[in-house]
Amino acid sequence: MSANVQRLAPATMPDAKAAAEVFALPTPATRPGSWSKTLASIAANVVPPLVVVALILVIWQILCATPGASLPAPSQVWAEAGELIVSPFFDYGQGDIGLGLRVLISLQRVAIGFGIAALVGVTVGAVIGQSIWAMRGLDPIFQILRTVPPLAWLPLSLAAFMDSAPSAIFVIFITSVWPVIINTAVGVRNIPQDYRNVARILQLNQVEFFFKIMIPAAAPYIFTGLRIGVGLSWLAIVAAEMLTGGVGIGFFIWDAWNSSRLSDIIVALVYIGVVGFILDRLVAAVGAFVTRGTTAN
Amino acid sequence: MTYLRIENVDKQFDRAGQRSEVLKDVSLDIARGEVISIIGHSGCGKSTLLNLIAGLTEVSSGGIQLEGREVNGPGPERAVVFQNHSLLPWLTVYENVNLAVAKVFGKTKTGSERHDWIMQNLDLVQMSHAKDKRPTEISGGMKQRVGIARALAMQPKILLLDEPFGALDALTRAHLQDAVMDIQKRLGSTMIMITHDVDEAVLLSDRIVMMTNGPSARIGEVLPVPLERPRNRIELAGDRTYLKCREAVLKFLYERHRFVEAA
Ligand SMILES: Nc1ncnc2c1ncn2[C@@H]1O[C@H](COP(=O)(O)OP(=O)(O)O)[C@@H](O)[C@H]1O
Ligand SMILES: [Mg+2]
Repeated sequence: MSANVQRLAPATMPDAKAAAEVFALPTPATRPGSWSKTLASIAANVVPPLVVVALILVIWQILCATPGASLPAPSQVWAEAGELIVSPFFDYGQGDIGLGLRVLISLQRVAIGFGIAALVGVTVGAVIGQSIWAMRGLDPIFQILRTVPPLAWLPLSLAAFMDSAPSAIFVIFITSVWPVIINTAVGVRNIPQDYRNVARILQLNQVEFFFKIMIPAAAPYIFTGLRIGVGLSWLAIVAAEMLTGGVGIGFFIWDAWNSSRLSDIIVALVYIGVVGFILDRLVAAVGAFVTRGTTAN
Repeated sequence: MTYLRIENVDKQFDRAGQRSEVLKDVSLDIARGEVISIIGHSGCGKSTLLNLIAGLTEVSSGGIQLEGREVNGPGPERAVVFQNHSLLPWLTVYENVNLAVAKVFGKTKTGSERHDWIMQNLDLVQMSHAKDKRPTEISGGMKQRVGIARALAMQPKILLLDEPFGALDALTRAHLQDAVMDIQKRLGSTMIMITHDVDEAVLLSDRIVMMTNGPSARIGEVLPVPLERPRNRIELAGDRTYLKCREAVLKFLYERHRFVEAA
């Protein structure tokens, strides 16, 4: 039992850590009260990245400003794709829409795919975590499946659904469901025996046990899984949209590449990065809110 | 007369093909309203015995009856106070007690009756002031009080306490012992309490059950404590009966059933 958990945990945790490290900004420890302190802490967190961004832009400008450069310099990006930056929500009809709108369309798909993955993942993970034999039998299979890259699922899913829209959603689902299952199962395995005894003495039924003990007790693990999952979803949607078409941000990049609009691609990359960062932070924040008090026991 | 009857109970654990016999031929009759302490060296099988009574584990042979009915499985009529409180950390003090009350009285009491019952039990352990705090925000002694309130709120026929004050400092422990004695006097609860503290056993119990060392632990001796209630720890400190009881327990534990491995 414990051997299994130990094998599972390190396999999933590095992902979470890596994701956290890549995007991690020190969260300001804001205390109500002194305004100047709050301002100082905001400045301490915002100024360094701004300085770095400015430096990068300058270096990039110097490197790409030469006439024969293969990539556009920042000044050129601004000239060619400035509208994409300043007005995210324009709509000129015939699919010519701002990147903000495209992101929203992609997010819609992610919401469906990842929503299903979260529901299925938590339920399946909870059932598996309850049974040591299910865990032993399924864990190796999940460990293998979770390493399959999102796009590798696409042909199969196109063949199965014969339509690009559900295929893209399926790819998101199948990419993001594994970390949710695995982490939920580990969380359920780690529920202290005392909590189970409390439930037994109160004669809680399966449903009551699931909602009142299992989910809250495993919540920190579940949110680790969800956080990894949402990151994977965002990776998957962009890749899937490049191949399935539509009006999402992924297809926009593919389309821009086909018409050699490199500046547009660069702007789209920034959008994708920022949205991915926000998604990660959002899930982390929800997790921190929901599990407050649970972890420190 | 007999309320809880433990009859020729054996308990073995089978683990990895190896059988270990923990309890051998344990019999004990307990009357309604009685307070029993179980004392014995660490690892002898005290928790195992309590879990058998709670129904959390099954007897290997023999039987346990409460009011003439066979115990087979856990239930709120045999509430347990665990050593490490085992409050659910994501619920407030009030919600922790409510979890039990909603389950046990969900059908028989109205919402406002249940609220009153929760507050009444929190009052009993003097914890109503912290009803909206989470377990992480209160001290160890307070957590244990809430654990007791949760158990009492199930209105159990018998209250089972597994080293309830073992993790507390001496002062807090004394406060809680007084609280338990007070509650027992008011409610007339039947209680079985595991302890490794000789003074606690003598102060609180009507009878002290002393267990021999494992494996195959038995009940070595049952010592009645003929002290009037209410008991006052300061008055008793020099009381002859108190001291004799104390001496009897100490002799059992440290002369006749010395814990060799601990030496
Ligand atoms: N679930 C179990 N499986 C196997 N052995 C157990 C189990 N529970 C307890 N034991 C064994 O039973 C013995 C008594 O344990 P316990 O009742 O916890 O002792 P105490 O509470 O008196 O310190 C110990 O040797 C312990 O290893
Ligand atoms: Mg014990």
